[in-house]
Amino acid sequence: MSRVFVFYRSSIGKKILMALTGLVLFGFVFTHMLGNLKAFLGAEEFNAYAEGLRSFGAPLIPHGYFLWAFRIGLIGALIVHVVTMVQLWAMAGGARPKGYKQAVHLEDGVSSRTMRLGGIVIVSFVAYHLMHMTIGNVHPNFIVGDAYNNLVVGFQSVPVAVVYSIAVIALGFHLHHGIWSMFQSLGMNHLKYNHLRRVFALAFTIAVVVGFLTIPVAIATGIIQ
Amino acid sequence: MKITLQVWRQANANDEGRFETYHQGGVNEEMSFLEMLDVLNESLINEGKEPVAFESDCREGICGACGMVISGSPHGPKKAITTCQLHMRSFSDGEEIWLEPWRAKAFPVVKDLVVDRSSLDRIVESGGFISVRTGSAPDANAIAVPKSNADRAFDAAACIGCGACVAACPNASAMLFTSAKVAHLGLLPQGQPERFSRAVSMVATMDQQGFGYCTNHGACQTACPKEISIDLIAMLNRDLAIGALSGA
Repeated sequence: MSRVFVFYRSSIGKKILMALTGLVLFGFVFTHMLGNLKAFLGAEEFNAYAEGLRSFGAPLIPHGYFLWAFRIGLIGALIVHVVTMVQLWAMAGGARPKGYKQAVHLEDGVSSRTMRLGGIVIVSFVAYHLMHMTIGNVHPNFIVGDAYNNLVVGFQSVPVAVVYSIAVIALGFHLHHGIWSMFQSLGMNHLKYNHLRRVFALAFTIAVVVGFLTIPVAIATGIIQ
Repeated sequence: MKITLQVWRQANANDEGRFETYHQGGVNEEMSFLEMLDVLNESLINEGKEPVAFESDCREGICGACGMVISGSPHGPKKAITTCQLHMRSFSDGEEIWLEPWRAKAFPVVKDLVVDRSSLDRIVESGGFISVRTGSAPDANAIAVPKSNADRAFDAAACIGCGACVAACPNASAMLFTSAKVAHLGLLPQGQPERFSRAVSMVATMDQQGFGYCTNHGACQTACPKEISIDLIAMLNRDLAIGALSGA
């Protein structure tokens, strides 16, 4: 039997893959949040950043190739994250055929109990978000190449901003448990530094949630227009 | 004191099972929880009814036989004790107490509150042997063990295999149990030769028993009467990765 098969077949191997792909996806949302903050620097800077993502590495890398390689990597990470989750979920689903009359709730918080629900919310939102901001087919006034306009016009709609905010908060809960859980699944523990894993998870969760939420708030209050 | 007990009654593994209500008077707050159940059973026997089946052996918290879920908490509401170490003074007069067996596919109900925990034995069995020199008794301290490793190995070895971790886990996962069994040998020099292959085979057996997987909730360590830490789960994850990918 090949080593990779032994690894993947194990529930722990799948958890480690969830942690590694989760790390990739977390790295993406964090840099995406930082990139979004460029909206505060004005239309020119923001659009140059959007175009910069397409022309990254030029002339060595042809125009758009870097972005597509990046997207394929992200889609691959998402597929592995979801497939291993579905396989593990099926395993857990059968593990307690009859539940407790009195619910056992010794878990340490809401975030760990809402991982699967949060994941579904996030994936659904990402599908909508791509149609809204990247493809533009559900956007009221989508202009190809004018990311700043698409952002500002897109978030001027109150329901859109509310749905976005709910998704960002769901992402926050997911990251709060997910980042800590990643350290644990990857076996990254040391008696001296263990308590810092929760601190790290909370700090990055707050950074991502606050960073993302500043955009619709700034648009609603006219700071970005 | 008087209490109301809602007890899970199930004749055998195939029986549907149901809660039955018992109003128990004359409960002394100095009674242990199991003594209170003994009194209940005596009155049931006197009435010609079937007594409530529950497991117990040492009644001093070291054998791991007596687990049950008491009002939503494995081994009851107190931390770091087993059911037999719980006393009725932890409950208030007139309280309604729900008694349920460990609920997991890998722990089929034998009768009432008794479950079959052989699945845990099968995990231990698949750990196999450790390579040690046999023959004349070795000199004391011939193998040096760092103090911190000795302490951590001992903490892991404190696991009594009661199954509270599985009962508490929202996924009915046996990761805390397995990690403790893997760690108490894996932390010692005597356990090194088969350290990684042992982790791989014990996890494979664990996965086959019908337990769920670990989502790092930490409910297990809260429920554990021996306060075993989920740090050992992180160590197991590491050993499994090394073992599986190196072909151990």
